[in-house]
Amino acid sequence: MSLRSPLRRVLGTGSAKQGVHHWWVQRLTSVALVPLTVWFVVSLLALPSLDHATVAGWERQGSTSLLLILLVLVGTWHSQLGVRVVVEDYVPSPAARTVTLTLIAFAHALLAAAGILAVLKVALGSAP
Amino acid sequence: MPARPLSPHLSIYRMYRYTLLTSFLNRLTGVALSLALVLLVYWLTAVAGGARSQARAAWLLNLPVMKLVYAACIIAFCYHLVAGIRHLVWDTGHGLERSQSRSSSWLVLVASVLLMLIIGTFAFVFAGRAP
Repeated sequence: MSLRSPLRRVLGTGSAKQGVHHWWVQRLTSVALVPLTVWFVVSLLALPSLDHATVAGWERQGSTSLLLILLVLVGTWHSQLGVRVVVEDYVPSPAARTVTLTLIAFAHALLAAAGILAVLKVALGSAP
Repeated sequence: MPARPLSPHLSIYRMYRYTLLTSFLNRLTGVALSLALVLLVYWLTAVAGGARSQARAAWLLNLPVMKLVYAACIIAFCYHLVAGIRHLVWDTGHGLERSQSRSSSWLVLVASVLLMLIIGTFAFVFAGRAP
């Protein structure tokens, strides 16, 4: 039995040399998320209270909003790459897989935009 | 379906193998953290909407069942963090021998459980506060 796909046999063009991109970005975001998530958990636990004044004050101080935006951006990116692989592995039908992957990409883009918008609202002081 | 082997071969693997268990747990906790991301963005949006919007969200976030959700988030975060670091070490080409991989899977379990206990203590025992 040949391990080559039918398309590969027809085209005979070899690898597209794009395969490493997903792997590399997954690693890049992993490395970035180690300090970002540890910072987030420690800061959250260090807050004296989680009421609105405390949380909004924390978001406005120093580099908190910058780090929160990075956390949301890198977190959603990493999540999208990871969930994508799970779907590719466990959804065998190409149609269902394409639809699921599209929905997952849209959902992650929405999460990233909403999260960043929320942090910016507080940081720039337009929150009521 | 193409007539070639498709990964993952769930019917062939033995589920109790530590290699499969650690890999499966890493995926499971990763997917759980993706859902936790939804919770994070919901909370950030509630805070951005002001004190009244956060108070409305607090009704949901303070439900008794949410304690289980937060505990699941802590468990998923600790395991995925430690197991992810193990993956990054593997990527440098180290620790891939069978004996090393076996002991590092134990190390991941012990270290992540310790981390869960530490974070869980701070989150649930030292802090009896409302969001």
